[in-house]
Amino acid sequence: MNVMVCIKQTFDTEARIILNGAGEIDGNSVLQIMNPSDEYAVEEGIRLKERYGGQVTVITVGDDAAVKSLQQALAMGADHAVLVSDPRLKMLDSHGIAVVLSRVIGRMEYDIILCGRLSIDGANAEVPSRLAERLDLPQVNLVSKLQVSAEGKVDARRDIEGGVEIVETNLPAVITVQKGINEVRYPSLRLVMQAKKMPIRKLGLDDLDLTAEDVSSPITIEGYLFPPPRRQGRTLTGSLPEIIPEVIRFLYEEQKIL
Amino acid sequence: MPFLVYVEQRDGRIPKPCWQALSEGRRMADARGESLIACIMGNRVSDLADAIFEYGVDDLFLHEHESLARYETEPHAALLSDIQKKTSATIVLMGQTSMTRDLAPRVAERLGAGLVTDCTGMFWDDQGLLYLRPLYAGKVTARLRMHTPIQMVLLRPNIFPMAKKAGAGRVHRVVAEPSPARAKVVDIVWQQRDRPELTDAEIIVSGGRGLGKAEGFQLIEELADLLGAAVGASRAAVDAGWQGQPQQVGQTGKVVTPNLYVACGISGAVQHMAGMSTSRCIMAVNKDPEANIMKVADLSLEGDLYEVLPALMRGIEEKKQQRP
Repeated sequence: MNVMVCIKQTFDTEARIILNGAGEIDGNSVLQIMNPSDEYAVEEGIRLKERYGGQVTVITVGDDAAVKSLQQALAMGADHAVLVSDPRLKMLDSHGIAVVLSRVIGRMEYDIILCGRLSIDGANAEVPSRLAERLDLPQVNLVSKLQVSAEGKVDARRDIEGGVEIVETNLPAVITVQKGINEVRYPSLRLVMQAKKMPIRKLGLDDLDLTAEDVSSPITIEGYLFPPPRRQGRTLTGSLPEIIPEVIRFLYEEQKIL
Repeated sequence: MPFLVYVEQRDGRIPKPCWQALSEGRRMADARGESLIACIMGNRVSDLADAIFEYGVDDLFLHEHESLARYETEPHAALLSDIQKKTSATIVLMGQTSMTRDLAPRVAERLGAGLVTDCTGMFWDDQGLLYLRPLYAGKVTARLRMHTPIQMVLLRPNIFPMAKKAGAGRVHRVVAEPSPARAKVVDIVWQQRDRPELTDAEIIVSGGRGLGKAEGFQLIEELADLLGAAVGASRAAVDAGWQGQPQQVGQTGKVVTPNLYVACGISGAVQHMAGMSTSRCIMAVNKDPEANIMKVADLSLEGDLYEVLPALMRGIEEKKQQRP
Protein backbone atom coordinates (compact mmCIF):
# COMPACT_ATOMS: atom_id res chain seq x y z
CA MET A 1 0.00 0.00 0.00
CA ASN A 2 1.55 3.27 -1.09
CA VAL A 3 0.76 6.03 1.33
CA MET A 4 1.11 9.76 0.76
CA VAL A 5 1.20 11.90 3.89
CA CYS A 6 0.96 15.69 3.55
CA ILE A 7 2.48 17.55 6.47
CA LYS A 8 3.12 21.14 7.51
CA GLN A 9 5.70 22.68 9.76
CA THR A 10 4.28 25.31 12.05
CA PHE A 11 4.86 27.35 15.21
CA ASP A 12 4.91 25.56 18.53
CA THR A 13 1.69 25.99 20.50
CA GLU A 14 3.44 28.00 23.22
CA ALA A 15 4.75 30.51 20.65
CA ARG A 16 3.79 34.15 21.10
CA ILE A 17 3.07 36.01 17.90
CA ILE A 18 5.04 39.16 17.08
CA LEU A 19 5.32 41.22 13.90
CA ASN A 20 8.57 42.18 12.13
CA GLY A 21 9.44 45.65 10.80
CA ALA A 22 7.45 44.99 7.62
CA GLY A 23 4.32 44.24 9.64
CA GLU A 24 4.44 40.50 8.89
CA ILE A 25 4.32 37.67 11.41
CA ASP A 26 7.88 37.01 12.56
CA GLY A 27 8.81 33.34 12.70
CA ASN A 28 12.53 33.79 13.20
CA SER A 29 12.75 33.34 16.93
CA VAL A 30 9.91 30.85 17.18
CA LEU A 31 10.31 27.12 17.81
CA GLN A 32 8.95 25.25 14.77
CA ILE A 33 7.32 21.84 15.02
CA MET A 34 5.50 19.35 12.85
CA ASN A 35 1.83 20.33 13.02
CA PRO A 36 0.40 18.17 15.86
CA SER A 37 -2.39 16.39 13.97
CA ASP A 38 0.01 15.67 11.07
CA GLU A 39 2.03 13.45 13.43
CA TYR A 40 -1.02 11.20 13.72
CA ALA A 41 -1.24 11.07 9.92
CA VAL A 42 2.42 10.01 9.63
CA GLU A 43 1.91 7.36 12.33
CA GLU A 44 -1.23 6.01 10.68
CA GLY A 45 0.56 5.82 7.32
CA ILE A 46 3.49 3.90 8.79
CA ARG A 47 1.07 1.45 10.46
CA LEU A 48 -0.60 0.80 7.08
CA LYS A 49 2.80 0.13 5.53
CA GLU A 50 3.79 -2.18 8.37
CA ARG A 51 0.60 -4.16 7.85
CA TYR A 52 0.35 -4.29 4.07
CA GLY A 53 3.83 -3.46 2.78
CA GLY A 54 4.46 -0.63 0.32
CA GLN A 55 6.03 2.74 1.01
CA VAL A 56 5.25 5.95 2.84
CA THR A 57 6.06 9.28 1.19
CA VAL A 58 5.83 12.49 3.22
CA ILE A 59 5.36 15.74 1.35
CA THR A 60 5.50 19.31 2.52
CA VAL A 61 5.40 22.76 0.95
CA GLY A 62 7.57 25.24 2.76
CA ASP A 63 11.03 26.70 3.12
CA ASP A 64 14.24 24.80 3.80
CA ALA A 65 13.60 24.87 7.55
CA ALA A 66 10.73 22.42 6.97
CA VAL A 67 13.37 19.70 6.39
CA LYS A 68 13.25 19.27 10.18
CA SER A 69 9.68 17.93 10.11
CA LEU A 70 10.38 15.73 7.08
CA GLN A 71 13.35 14.19 8.94
CA GLN A 72 11.12 13.57 11.95
CA ALA A 73 8.73 11.63 9.68
CA LEU A 74 11.62 9.68 8.14
CA ALA A 75 12.90 8.79 11.61
CA MET A 76 9.41 7.52 12.51
CA GLY A 77 9.55 5.18 9.51
CA ALA A 78 8.58 7.05 6.33
CA ASP A 79 10.54 5.94 3.25
CA HIS A 80 10.64 9.06 1.11
CA ALA A 81 10.42 12.79 1.70
CA VAL A 82 9.54 15.55 -0.75
CA LEU A 83 10.02 19.27 -0.09
CA VAL A 84 8.38 21.68 -2.48
CA SER A 85 10.18 24.96 -2.07
CA ASP A 86 10.28 27.93 -4.39
CA PRO A 87 10.72 31.66 -3.83
CA ARG A 88 7.55 32.19 -5.85
CA LEU A 89 5.60 30.18 -3.25
CA LYS A 90 5.90 32.77 -0.49
CA MET A 91 2.28 33.79 -0.06
CA LEU A 92 0.48 30.56 -0.83
CA ASP A 93 -3.09 30.04 0.25
CA SER A 94 -4.97 26.76 0.57
CA HIS A 95 -5.83 26.70 -3.12
CA GLY A 96 -2.19 27.18 -4.13
CA ILE A 97 -1.00 24.43 -1.78
CA ALA A 98 -3.68 22.09 -3.15
CA VAL A 99 -2.51 22.84 -6.71
CA VAL A 100 1.09 22.01 -5.79
CA LEU A 101 0.24 18.86 -3.79
CA SER A 102 -2.14 17.54 -6.44
CA ARG A 103 0.62 17.95 -9.05
CA VAL A 104 3.23 16.18 -6.90
CA ILE A 105 0.92 13.34 -5.87
CA GLY A 106 -0.76 13.05 -9.26
CA ARG A 107 2.60 12.05 -10.76
CA MET A 108 3.17 9.27 -8.22
CA GLU A 109 1.55 5.92 -7.56
CA TYR A 110 -0.59 6.08 -4.47
CA ASP A 111 -3.40 4.24 -2.69
CA ILE A 112 -4.24 6.60 0.14
CA ILE A 113 -3.55 10.24 1.05
CA LEU A 114 -3.42 11.10 4.76
CA CYS A 115 -3.36 14.58 6.31
CA GLY A 116 -3.82 16.09 9.76
CA ARG A 117 -7.30 17.49 10.45
CA LEU A 118 -6.06 21.09 10.46
CA SER A 119 -2.91 23.09 11.04
CA ILE A 120 -2.78 25.03 14.28
CA ASP A 121 -1.56 28.24 12.63
CA GLY A 122 -4.15 29.22 10.05
CA ALA A 123 -6.56 26.45 11.05
CA ASN A 124 -8.24 26.60 7.65
CA ALA A 125 -8.60 22.83 7.24
CA GLU A 126 -9.08 23.49 3.53
CA VAL A 127 -6.16 21.80 1.77
CA PRO A 128 -7.26 18.15 2.12
CA SER A 129 -10.77 18.74 0.72
CA ARG A 130 -9.41 20.96 -2.06
CA LEU A 131 -6.83 18.27 -2.85
CA ALA A 132 -9.55 15.60 -2.98
CA GLU A 133 -11.54 17.78 -5.38
CA ARG A 134 -8.53 18.35 -7.65
CA LEU A 135 -7.65 14.63 -7.74
CA ASP A 136 -11.35 13.65 -8.03
CA LEU A 137 -11.19 11.46 -4.91
CA PRO A 138 -13.62 10.84 -2.05
CA GLN A 139 -12.74 12.53 1.25
CA VAL A 140 -13.33 11.65 4.87
CA ASN A 141 -12.43 14.40 7.35
CA LEU A 142 -11.92 14.35 11.14
CA VAL A 143 -11.30 10.62 11.42
CA SER A 144 -10.68 9.25 14.91
CA LYS A 145 -10.66 5.55 13.94
CA LEU A 146 -9.59 4.09 10.62
CA GLN A 147 -9.75 0.56 9.27
CA VAL A 148 -8.41 -0.24 5.81
CA SER A 149 -8.69 -3.74 4.35
CA ALA A 150 -6.16 -5.34 2.01
CA GLU A 151 -8.63 -4.80 -0.83
CA GLY A 152 -8.73 -1.08 -0.08
CA LYS A 153 -12.09 -0.91 1.65
CA VAL A 154 -12.17 1.92 4.18
CA ASP A 155 -14.24 1.99 7.37
CA ALA A 156 -13.80 5.28 9.22
CA ARG A 157 -15.29 6.99 12.26
CA ARG A 158 -15.69 10.71 11.69
CA ASP A 159 -16.42 13.02 14.64
CA ILE A 160 -19.40 15.33 14.28
CA GLU A 161 -21.17 17.51 16.86
CA GLY A 162 -22.44 15.20 19.58
CA GLY A 163 -21.65 11.95 17.83
CA VAL A 164 -19.76 9.90 15.29
CA GLU A 165 -20.49 9.13 11.64
CA ILE A 166 -19.53 5.70 10.37
CA VAL A 167 -18.25 6.28 6.84
CA GLU A 168 -17.40 3.68 4.20
CA THR A 169 -15.44 4.31 1.05
CA ASN A 170 -12.87 2.71 -1.21
CA LEU A 171 -9.28 3.67 -1.88
CA PRO A 172 -7.90 5.83 -3.26
CA ALA A 173 -9.23 8.50 -0.92
CA VAL A 174 -8.14 11.53 1.10
CA ILE A 175 -8.46 11.00 4.87
CA THR A 176 -7.77 13.57 7.58
CA VAL A 177 -7.01 12.29 11.06
CA GLN A 178 -6.83 13.66 14.57
CA LYS A 179 -5.67 12.92 18.07
CA GLY A 180 -7.14 9.71 19.45
CA ILE A 181 -6.63 7.67 16.28
CA ASN A 182 -3.29 6.24 17.44
CA GLU A 183 -0.34 6.76 19.74
CA VAL A 184 2.50 8.46 17.91
CA ARG A 185 5.84 6.64 18.22
CA TYR A 186 8.98 8.39 19.38
CA PRO A 187 11.93 7.26 17.26
CA SER A 188 15.20 6.25 18.93
CA LEU A 189 18.24 8.50 18.70
CA ARG A 190 19.77 6.00 16.24
CA LEU A 191 16.79 6.36 13.89
CA VAL A 192 16.86 10.14 14.26
CA MET A 193 20.54 10.21 13.26
CA GLN A 194 19.91 7.85 10.34
CA ALA A 195 17.05 10.00 9.08
CA LYS A 196 19.36 13.00 8.86
CA LYS A 197 21.37 11.15 6.21
CA MET A 198 18.38 10.13 4.11
CA PRO A 199 17.82 12.02 0.87
CA ILE A 200 15.10 14.67 0.60
CA ARG A 201 13.76 15.32 -2.87
CA LYS A 202 13.47 19.03 -3.50
CA LEU A 203 11.09 20.32 -6.13
CA GLY A 204 10.41 23.82 -7.43
CA LEU A 205 7.55 25.14 -9.53
CA ASP A 206 9.47 24.50 -12.78
CA ASP A 207 9.93 20.83 -11.85
CA LEU A 208 6.16 20.60 -11.48
CA ASP A 209 5.45 22.53 -14.72
CA LEU A 210 3.59 25.14 -12.72
CA THR A 211 3.78 28.91 -13.05
CA ALA A 212 3.51 31.53 -10.33
CA GLU A 213 0.09 32.36 -11.75
CA ASP A 214 -1.13 28.77 -11.25
CA VAL A 215 -0.58 29.08 -7.52
CA SER A 216 -1.22 32.77 -6.93
CA SER A 217 -3.29 33.60 -3.87
CA PRO A 218 -6.62 35.37 -4.31
CA ILE A 219 -6.55 36.41 -0.66
CA THR A 220 -4.52 39.36 0.63
CA ILE A 221 -3.76 40.26 4.22
CA GLU A 222 -4.22 43.96 4.91
CA GLY A 223 -2.86 43.92 8.42
CA TYR A 224 -3.07 42.32 11.82
CA LEU A 225 -4.90 43.14 15.02
CA PHE A 226 -3.93 41.90 18.44
CA PRO A 227 -6.66 41.09 20.93
CA PRO A 228 -6.82 43.56 23.81
CA PRO A 229 -5.28 41.92 26.90
CA ARG A 230 -7.84 40.73 29.42
CA ARG A 231 -7.73 42.64 32.66
CA GLN A 232 -7.30 40.68 35.83
CA GLY A 233 -10.63 40.41 37.60
CA ARG A 234 -11.40 39.81 41.22
CA THR A 235 -10.07 36.94 43.29
CA LEU A 236 -12.27 35.62 46.06
CA THR A 237 -10.60 33.97 49.00
CA GLY A 238 -12.10 33.02 52.29
CA SER A 239 -14.59 30.54 53.59
CA LEU A 240 -17.18 29.04 51.25
CA PRO A 241 -20.19 30.53 53.09
CA GLU A 242 -18.61 33.93 52.43
CA ILE A 243 -17.61 33.54 48.80
CA ILE A 244 -20.48 31.50 47.31
CA PRO A 245 -23.12 34.29 47.73
CA GLU A 246 -20.62 36.64 46.12
CA VAL A 247 -20.25 34.26 43.12
CA ILE A 248 -24.03 33.94 42.79
CA ARG A 249 -24.38 37.74 42.85
CA PHE A 250 -21.62 38.02 40.21
CA LEU A 251 -23.25 35.52 37.84
CA TYR A 252 -26.88 36.57 38.27
CA GLU A 253 -26.76 40.29 38.92
CA GLU A 254 -23.42 41.69 37.79
CA GLN A 255 -22.89 39.64 34.62
CA LYS A 256 -26.53 38.61 34.16
CA ILE A 257 -25.39 35.35 32.59
CA LEU A 258 -27.64 33.05 34.59
CA MET B 1 -25.62 39.95 -6.96
CA PRO B 2 -27.49 38.10 -4.24
CA PHE B 3 -26.17 36.51 -1.08
CA LEU B 4 -26.51 32.76 -0.64
CA VAL B 5 -26.66 30.97 2.72
CA TYR B 6 -26.29 27.19 2.88
CA VAL B 7 -28.59 25.90 5.65
CA GLU B 8 -27.46 22.54 7.00
CA GLN B 9 -29.68 20.07 8.81
CA ARG B 10 -29.40 16.63 10.36
CA ASP B 11 -32.67 14.79 11.04
CA GLY B 12 -34.52 18.07 10.57
CA ARG B 13 -32.44 19.92 13.17
CA ILE B 14 -30.80 23.14 12.01
CA PRO B 15 -27.85 24.11 14.26
CA LYS B 16 -27.48 27.56 15.78
CA PRO B 17 -24.53 28.66 13.56
CA CYS B 18 -26.85 28.39 10.53
CA TRP B 19 -29.37 30.82 12.02
CA GLN B 20 -26.47 33.17 12.78
CA ALA B 21 -25.32 32.89 9.14
CA LEU B 22 -28.85 33.66 7.89
CA SER B 23 -29.01 36.69 10.20
CA GLU B 24 -25.62 38.00 9.07
CA GLY B 25 -26.51 37.29 5.42
CA ARG B 26 -29.68 39.38 5.75
CA ARG B 27 -27.74 42.24 7.39
CA MET B 28 -24.99 42.25 4.74
CA ALA B 29 -27.48 41.99 1.88
CA ASP B 30 -29.61 44.81 3.32
CA ALA B 31 -26.54 47.03 3.54
CA ARG B 32 -26.25 46.75 -0.24
CA GLY B 33 -29.92 46.43 -1.15
CA GLU B 34 -29.37 42.86 -2.31
CA SER B 35 -31.61 39.83 -1.96
CA LEU B 36 -30.94 36.89 0.34
CA ILE B 37 -31.13 33.37 -1.01
CA ALA B 38 -30.97 30.24 1.13
CA CYS B 39 -30.74 26.59 0.20
CA ILE B 40 -31.47 23.43 2.13
CA MET B 41 -31.11 19.77 1.18
CA GLY B 42 -32.35 16.54 2.74
CA ASN B 43 -34.89 13.77 2.59
CA ARG B 44 -37.83 15.69 4.10
CA VAL B 45 -37.04 19.35 4.68
CA SER B 46 -40.18 21.20 3.48
CA ASP B 47 -41.34 21.60 7.07
CA LEU B 48 -38.26 23.73 7.81
CA ALA B 49 -39.13 26.39 5.21
CA ASP B 50 -41.32 28.49 7.52
CA ALA B 51 -38.59 28.76 10.16
CA ILE B 52 -36.05 29.78 7.51
CA PHE B 53 -38.35 32.50 6.15
CA GLU B 54 -38.48 34.05 9.63
CA TYR B 55 -34.94 35.31 8.92
CA GLY B 56 -36.00 37.41 5.96
CA VAL B 57 -34.99 35.00 3.21
CA ASP B 58 -36.28 36.12 -0.20
CA ASP B 59 -35.79 32.86 -2.09
CA LEU B 60 -35.35 29.37 -0.70
CA PHE B 61 -34.00 26.59 -2.90
CA LEU B 62 -35.25 23.36 -1.44
CA HIS B 63 -34.00 19.99 -2.59
CA GLU B 64 -35.70 16.87 -1.25
CA HIS B 65 -34.47 13.43 -2.22
CA GLU B 66 -34.20 10.23 -0.23
CA SER B 67 -30.52 9.87 -1.13
CA LEU B 68 -29.89 13.21 0.67
CA ALA B 69 -31.13 11.86 4.02
CA ARG B 70 -27.59 12.01 5.39
CA TYR B 71 -24.90 14.57 4.65
CA GLU B 72 -22.35 13.13 2.24
CA THR B 73 -19.70 15.38 0.72
CA GLU B 74 -19.86 14.81 -3.00
CA PRO B 75 -23.59 15.02 -3.80
CA HIS B 76 -24.00 18.01 -1.49
CA ALA B 77 -20.96 19.75 -3.02
CA ALA B 78 -22.32 19.20 -6.53
CA LEU B 79 -25.80 20.48 -5.66
CA LEU B 80 -24.53 23.55 -3.81
CA SER B 81 -22.24 24.38 -6.76
CA ASP B 82 -25.23 24.12 -9.10
CA ILE B 83 -27.33 26.43 -6.91
CA GLN B 84 -24.53 29.00 -6.82
CA LYS B 85 -24.36 28.93 -10.62
CA LYS B 86 -28.13 29.12 -11.00
CA THR B 87 -28.42 32.10 -8.64
CA SER B 88 -25.13 33.84 -9.58
CA ALA B 89 -24.65 34.48 -5.85
CA THR B 90 -21.26 36.08 -5.26
CA ILE B 91 -21.13 35.79 -1.47
CA VAL B 92 -21.81 32.34 -0.02
CA LEU B 93 -22.16 32.22 3.77
CA MET B 94 -22.30 29.22 6.10
CA GLY B 95 -22.24 28.77 9.85
CA GLN B 96 -19.07 26.90 10.74
CA THR B 97 -19.65 23.28 11.80
CA SER B 98 -18.07 19.91 11.09
CA MET B 99 -20.37 19.67 8.06
CA THR B 100 -19.54 23.01 6.46
CA ARG B 101 -15.84 22.60 7.28
CA ASP B 102 -16.05 19.48 5.08
CA LEU B 103 -18.26 20.96 2.37
CA ALA B 104 -17.01 24.52 1.83
CA PRO B 105 -13.41 23.88 0.69
CA ARG B 106 -14.54 21.24 -1.78
CA VAL B 107 -17.12 23.62 -3.27
CA ALA B 108 -14.63 26.52 -3.24
CA GLU B 109 -12.11 24.51 -5.22
CA ARG B 110 -14.81 23.49 -7.70
CA LEU B 111 -16.06 27.06 -8.19
CA GLY B 112 -12.64 28.74 -8.14
CA ALA B 113 -13.88 30.66 -5.11
CA GLY B 114 -11.92 32.19 -2.27
CA LEU B 115 -12.83 30.94 1.18
CA VAL B 116 -12.39 32.59 4.56
CA THR B 117 -12.95 30.10 7.37
CA ASP B 118 -13.53 30.92 11.05
CA CYS B 119 -14.56 34.48 10.17
CA THR B 120 -15.27 36.75 13.17
CA GLY B 121 -16.26 39.92 11.32
CA MET B 122 -17.18 41.22 7.88
CA PHE B 123 -17.49 44.85 6.83
CA TRP B 124 -18.24 46.79 3.66
CA ASP B 125 -15.79 49.51 2.69
CA ASP B 126 -15.07 51.33 -0.56
CA GLN B 127 -13.14 48.35 -1.92
CA GLY B 128 -15.71 45.72 -1.07
CA LEU B 129 -15.78 43.29 1.80
CA LEU B 130 -13.15 43.11 4.49
CA TYR B 131 -13.01 39.99 6.66
CA LEU B 132 -11.60 39.40 10.14
CA ARG B 133 -9.96 36.03 10.67
CA PRO B 134 -8.17 34.99 13.91
CA LEU B 135 -4.90 33.08 13.41
CA TYR B 136 -2.91 30.92 15.83
CA ALA B 137 -6.14 30.22 17.72
CA GLY B 138 -6.74 33.91 18.32
CA LYS B 139 -3.26 35.08 19.29
CA VAL B 140 -3.58 37.50 16.37
CA THR B 141 -6.36 38.44 13.92
CA ALA B 142 -5.77 39.10 10.21
CA ARG B 143 -7.73 41.60 8.11
CA LEU B 144 -8.33 39.82 4.81
CA ARG B 145 -9.68 40.63 1.41
CA MET B 146 -10.67 38.11 -1.25
CA HIS B 147 -10.12 38.93 -4.91
CA THR B 148 -12.23 36.18 -6.46
CA PRO B 149 -15.59 36.73 -8.17
CA ILE B 150 -17.17 34.26 -5.73
CA GLN B 151 -16.36 34.68 -2.04
CA MET B 152 -17.24 31.97 0.45
CA VAL B 153 -17.24 32.52 4.21
CA LEU B 154 -17.57 30.21 7.20
CA LEU B 155 -18.74 32.21 10.22
CA ARG B 156 -17.38 31.34 13.65
CA PRO B 157 -20.27 30.30 15.91
CA ASN B 158 -21.49 32.65 18.67
CA ILE B 159 -20.00 35.81 17.13
CA PHE B 160 -22.77 37.02 14.85
CA PRO B 161 -26.09 37.77 16.59
CA MET B 162 -29.31 36.10 15.52
CA ALA B 163 -31.96 38.48 14.22
CA LYS B 164 -35.31 37.55 12.73
CA LYS B 165 -36.86 39.70 10.01
CA ALA B 166 -40.43 39.48 8.81
CA GLY B 167 -41.04 38.95 5.14
CA ALA B 168 -42.52 36.62 2.58
CA GLY B 169 -40.20 34.49 0.52
CA ARG B 170 -40.63 32.11 -2.37
CA VAL B 171 -39.81 28.39 -2.39
CA HIS B 172 -38.04 26.98 -5.43
CA ARG B 173 -38.05 23.21 -5.55
CA VAL B 174 -34.91 21.76 -7.08
CA VAL B 175 -35.57 18.63 -9.08
CA ALA B 176 -32.38 16.79 -9.94
CA GLU B 177 -30.98 13.36 -9.30
CA PRO B 178 -28.15 13.78 -6.77
CA SER B 179 -24.84 12.29 -7.86
CA PRO B 180 -23.74 9.15 -6.01
CA ALA B 181 -21.54 9.45 -2.91
CA ARG B 182 -18.28 7.52 -3.03
CA ALA B 183 -17.83 8.06 0.72
CA LYS B 184 -21.07 6.81 2.29
CA VAL B 185 -22.33 7.48 5.79
CA VAL B 186 -23.69 4.08 6.85
CA ASP B 187 -24.58 5.00 10.42
CA ILE B 188 -24.50 7.81 12.97
CA VAL B 189 -23.84 7.02 16.63
CA TRP B 190 -25.05 9.82 18.90
CA GLN B 191 -23.18 10.28 22.16
CA GLN B 192 -23.85 13.70 23.70
CA ARG B 193 -26.65 15.07 21.60
CA ASP B 194 -28.60 16.42 24.57
CA ARG B 195 -25.75 18.52 25.88
CA PRO B 196 -24.89 21.68 23.92
CA GLU B 197 -22.05 21.49 21.44
CA LEU B 198 -18.80 23.10 22.62
CA THR B 199 -18.41 25.43 19.66
CA ASP B 200 -21.84 27.04 19.96
CA ALA B 201 -22.53 26.64 23.69
CA GLU B 202 -23.43 29.74 25.72
CA ILE B 203 -21.86 28.28 28.85
CA ILE B 204 -18.93 25.85 29.08
CA VAL B 205 -17.65 24.10 32.18
CA SER B 206 -14.12 22.79 31.61
CA GLY B 207 -11.89 20.55 33.66
CA GLY B 208 -8.13 20.16 33.72
CA ARG B 209 -5.27 18.39 35.40
CA GLY B 210 -6.26 19.85 38.77
CA LEU B 211 -9.19 17.42 38.91
CA GLY B 212 -6.59 14.77 39.64
CA LYS B 213 -8.64 11.83 38.33
CA ALA B 214 -11.04 10.82 35.59
CA GLU B 215 -13.95 10.61 38.07
CA GLY B 216 -13.53 14.33 38.71
CA PHE B 217 -15.38 14.94 35.47
CA GLN B 218 -18.59 13.69 37.11
CA LEU B 219 -18.52 16.91 39.10
CA ILE B 220 -17.84 18.94 35.94
CA GLU B 221 -20.75 17.22 34.19
CA GLU B 222 -23.10 17.81 37.14
CA LEU B 223 -22.31 21.52 37.16
CA ALA B 224 -22.60 21.64 33.35
CA ASP B 225 -26.03 19.99 33.40
CA LEU B 226 -27.20 22.31 36.17
CA LEU B 227 -26.23 25.29 33.98
CA GLY B 228 -27.31 23.76 30.65
CA ALA B 229 -23.66 23.98 29.66
CA ALA B 230 -21.27 22.06 27.42
CA VAL B 231 -18.36 20.09 28.92
CA GLY B 232 -14.82 21.02 27.93
CA ALA B 233 -11.38 19.75 28.87
CA SER B 234 -7.80 20.94 28.80
CA ARG B 235 -5.15 19.14 26.74
CA ALA B 236 -3.73 17.63 29.93
CA ALA B 237 -7.12 16.12 30.82
CA VAL B 238 -7.54 14.68 27.31
CA ASP B 239 -3.98 13.35 27.24
CA ALA B 240 -4.70 11.63 30.57
CA GLY B 241 -7.68 9.93 28.91
CA TRP B 242 -10.25 11.59 31.19
CA GLN B 243 -12.14 13.07 28.22
CA GLY B 244 -12.19 12.46 24.47
CA GLN B 245 -10.50 14.66 21.89
CA PRO B 246 -13.82 16.23 20.79
CA GLN B 247 -14.04 17.91 24.22
CA GLN B 248 -10.58 19.50 24.06
CA VAL B 249 -10.48 23.30 24.17
CA GLY B 250 -7.39 25.12 22.91
CA GLN B 251 -5.13 25.57 19.93
CA THR B 252 -4.93 21.82 19.30
CA GLY B 253 -8.61 21.35 20.10
CA LYS B 254 -11.59 23.64 19.66
CA VAL B 255 -11.72 27.41 19.79
CA VAL B 256 -14.75 28.51 21.80
CA THR B 257 -16.54 31.80 22.50
CA PRO B 258 -19.19 31.21 25.17
CA ASN B 259 -20.77 33.88 27.35
CA LEU B 260 -19.37 32.10 30.40
CA TYR B 261 -16.34 29.82 30.58
CA VAL B 262 -15.82 28.08 33.92
CA ALA B 263 -12.25 26.72 34.13
CA CYS B 264 -11.86 24.16 36.92
CA GLY B 265 -8.38 22.96 37.80
CA ILE B 266 -6.95 24.43 34.59
CA SER B 267 -3.65 26.27 34.92
CA GLY B 268 -4.03 28.23 31.68
CA ALA B 269 -1.23 27.24 29.31
CA VAL B 270 -0.78 29.57 26.32
CA GLN B 271 -2.33 27.03 23.95
CA HIS B 272 -5.41 26.61 26.16
CA MET B 273 -5.92 30.35 26.65
CA ALA B 274 -5.71 30.84 22.89
CA GLY B 275 -8.79 28.67 22.54
CA MET B 276 -11.02 30.39 25.10
CA SER B 277 -9.73 33.90 25.77
CA THR B 278 -12.52 35.54 23.73
CA SER B 279 -15.13 34.13 26.11
CA ARG B 280 -17.28 37.02 27.34
CA CYS B 281 -16.76 36.08 30.97
CA ILE B 282 -14.20 33.70 32.48
CA MET B 283 -14.51 32.20 35.93
CA ALA B 284 -11.66 30.14 37.32
CA VAL B 285 -11.53 27.72 40.21
CA ASN B 286 -7.98 26.83 41.20
CA LYS B 287 -5.90 26.03 44.25
CA ASP B 288 -2.96 28.01 42.91
CA PRO B 289 -3.43 31.80 43.09
CA GLU B 290 -0.43 32.21 40.77
CA ALA B 291 -1.95 30.08 37.96
CA ASN B 292 -2.11 31.91 34.61
CA ILE B 293 -5.84 31.43 34.38
CA MET B 294 -6.33 33.46 37.56
CA LYS B 295 -4.67 36.45 35.84
CA VAL B 296 -7.22 36.62 33.01
CA ALA B 297 -10.36 35.42 34.77
CA ASP B 298 -13.07 37.96 35.56
CA LEU B 299 -13.71 36.08 38.76
CA SER B 300 -11.22 33.72 40.40
CA LEU B 301 -12.08 31.38 43.24
CA GLU B 302 -9.06 30.24 45.14
CA GLY B 303 -9.68 26.89 46.73
CA ASP B 304 -10.13 23.15 46.41
CA LEU B 305 -12.53 22.54 43.55
CA TYR B 306 -13.90 19.42 45.26
CA GLU B 307 -15.20 21.75 47.98
CA VAL B 308 -15.93 24.84 45.87
CA LEU B 309 -17.95 23.19 43.08
CA PRO B 310 -20.46 21.30 45.29
CA ALA B 311 -20.99 24.48 47.34
CA LEU B 312 -21.44 26.49 44.14
CA MET B 313 -24.00 23.97 42.86
CA ARG B 314 -25.97 24.23 46.12
CA GLY B 315 -25.88 28.01 45.82
CA ILE B 316 -27.17 27.92 42.24
CA GLU B 317 -29.92 25.43 43.15
CA GLU B 318 -31.08 27.67 46.00
CA LYS B 319 -31.09 30.69 43.71
CA LYS B 320 -33.10 28.77 41.11
CA GLN B 321 -35.70 27.86 43.74
CA GLN B 322 -36.06 31.50 44.81
CA ARG B 323 -36.79 32.55 41.26
CA PRO B 324 -40.33 32.10 39.99
